[in-house]
Amino acid sequence: MAEIQIKGVAKSFGSFKALHSIDLTIADQEFMVLLGASGCGKTTLLRIVAGLESPTQGEVWIGGRRVDQLPPRERGIAMVFQNYAVFPHLTVYENIAFGLRMKKLPQAEVDKRVKRTAELMHIEQLLKRYSGQLSGGQRQRVAVARALAMEPDVILMDEPLSNLDALLRLEMRAELKGVLANSKTTTIYVTHDQVEAMSLADRISVMNGGRIVQAASPVEVYRNPAARFVGSFIGNPPMNFLPATKNGDGRYHVAGIALDGPSKGGSRLEFAIRPEDLAIAPGGLKATARVIEPLGAHTLVTSEVEGALFRAVLDSDIKVAPGDELSLVPKADRIRWFDPETSQAIN
Amino acid sequence: MTAAVATAAPDKPRAVSDIGRAGKFLFWTSVVLLCAWVLVPIYLLAVNTLSSPAEVTAFPKTGVPSFDMGSIQFFLSFQGVLKALWNSVLVAVLTMALSIAIGAPAGYALSRFEFPGKATFRLLVLMTRAFPLPLLALPIAVMFIRIGLDDTPVGLALVHTTLAIPFSVLITFSIFSGIPLELEEAAWTLGCNRLQAFQKVVLPLVLPGITASAIFAFTISWNEVFAASVLTVQNRTLTAFLLQSLSVSPLHLRFAGGAALVVPALIFIFAVRKYMFAMWGIANR
Repeated sequence: MAEIQIKGVAKSFGSFKALHSIDLTIADQEFMVLLGASGCGKTTLLRIVAGLESPTQGEVWIGGRRVDQLPPRERGIAMVFQNYAVFPHLTVYENIAFGLRMKKLPQAEVDKRVKRTAELMHIEQLLKRYSGQLSGGQRQRVAVARALAMEPDVILMDEPLSNLDALLRLEMRAELKGVLANSKTTTIYVTHDQVEAMSLADRISVMNGGRIVQAASPVEVYRNPAARFVGSFIGNPPMNFLPATKNGDGRYHVAGIALDGPSKGGSRLEFAIRPEDLAIAPGGLKATARVIEPLGAHTLVTSEVEGALFRAVLDSDIKVAPGDELSLVPKADRIRWFDPETSQAIN
Repeated sequence: MTAAVATAAPDKPRAVSDIGRAGKFLFWTSVVLLCAWVLVPIYLLAVNTLSSPAEVTAFPKTGVPSFDMGSIQFFLSFQGVLKALWNSVLVAVLTMALSIAIGAPAGYALSRFEFPGKATFRLLVLMTRAFPLPLLALPIAVMFIRIGLDDTPVGLALVHTTLAIPFSVLITFSIFSGIPLELEEAAWTLGCNRLQAFQKVVLPLVLPGITASAIFAFTISWNEVFAASVLTVQNRTLTAFLLQSLSVSPLHLRFAGGAALVVPALIFIFAVRKYMFAMWGIANR
């Protein structure tokens, strides 16, 4: 049982504030993904939980125990590093056994756990090899096996798949998800890859500029971004944004059409819609098609609406050519509104 | 005249094979010259050391050693040689131990920690080599006499350590820098404290490099002659002893003495040559 609580954690490197007072609770056995562009503070936050970095302010609690002053070895965590950090002078067996020997477990128990985790990660035939004799994917498996063998309360993963090639990444992603779900540990997983985040997470914390912008389930983060940043960061292609103004009739005018806005909205708002929530129908947004990209199942149409870039993912049956005038109708229940001042979502 | 040249050598690029041939010739000449530069003196030294005293002074030379141990035997039975040899080994071993004991922690600190004045420190370490030893030797001798370190192996080893430390610091710095910090961090998360992580992960990985740097310190001390001549009188090291006595010795003795100095250094450098290349490779980055 290990719930992780991060209370008001801040971190400065000199005058640079890497983290601004982060509050986050991760439930027992939850798979939490920290997602953000490089430099957003996600790895720093992970390293603070691991104890490899000490917070300038704030507290970290794991399983009801305050750990921010404890060294990594007393926190009940195991970590998988981006470059795997498999010890080159030890065999795969001794790598996996390393932490167990530090715990002074009896040899029979060490052997049992090494065999079991090696089998789990499909590396039982590699136990006698050294890291120099392994491929990147195999090293990754060793690193995960080494973490799992510790039977930790919490597994921390720092971009574990980013050094693998695309196909292997896909395979390992699915495998990791299965293995970690069965291990029943709490997991914090850092990545900059939104697809990885969406597919693995129970909950995603989207980070930007040292702050958590939104922490919610993948679908929630995708459908209801809490801030303009989340909408533009998650989703490929990203969300479309257009300025909207309130008229005398209380409705919002967006590129020549009138839409019902939120009741609490001010005189100016930002209208947002996902590219796949648009359809060609009369009475929609006036768009001029610029680039047509058939993607098989769908066709990505990049167009211009009132001088702004506007993307639509449409059925591949449509016939469009660059320069065509389109009328794009947004699905009413998928429209989101943002305050242009604070960039926050308005419901 | 110009016209004649123009007709004789029309403005046409030379064939690539021509340039290649000239370049190859230049390359191999340089290789041969550089090898000769190093190998010929060593060869002469070896030939004369392994010849009988009569052959050394005889003319013409055969160029082939007769494997007569006369010169070496005479050298080894020469008054004071064995003691000087022992002193040299003692001082070199002390230098080796001291320069690693002091240099390796400094190299580790430089590669792993951020501290104010780090860049200055790296520069200052090198600065110890900026002052010519003759300038320092006299004040050091005076100081050693005052505190009673003069004419002792320990005193000389201290001076040699000063000479060797820049190398041991910078070499170990680059060795430690070659070990990813993540390996240590992984060890910490797997239950090690800093010391255990160092022992179980860093040390096994750096040991070959550290050994090489230790042997390098050994050869620096072994070859050093100036401080040794100034700072020792009774307890001369082999270099200082030979400098003093060989100028008045017969030729075959000089060759034997030279070989006694060169051979151990050569063997050591040969033993660790792999790490030397690796070390300089890293250090040049």
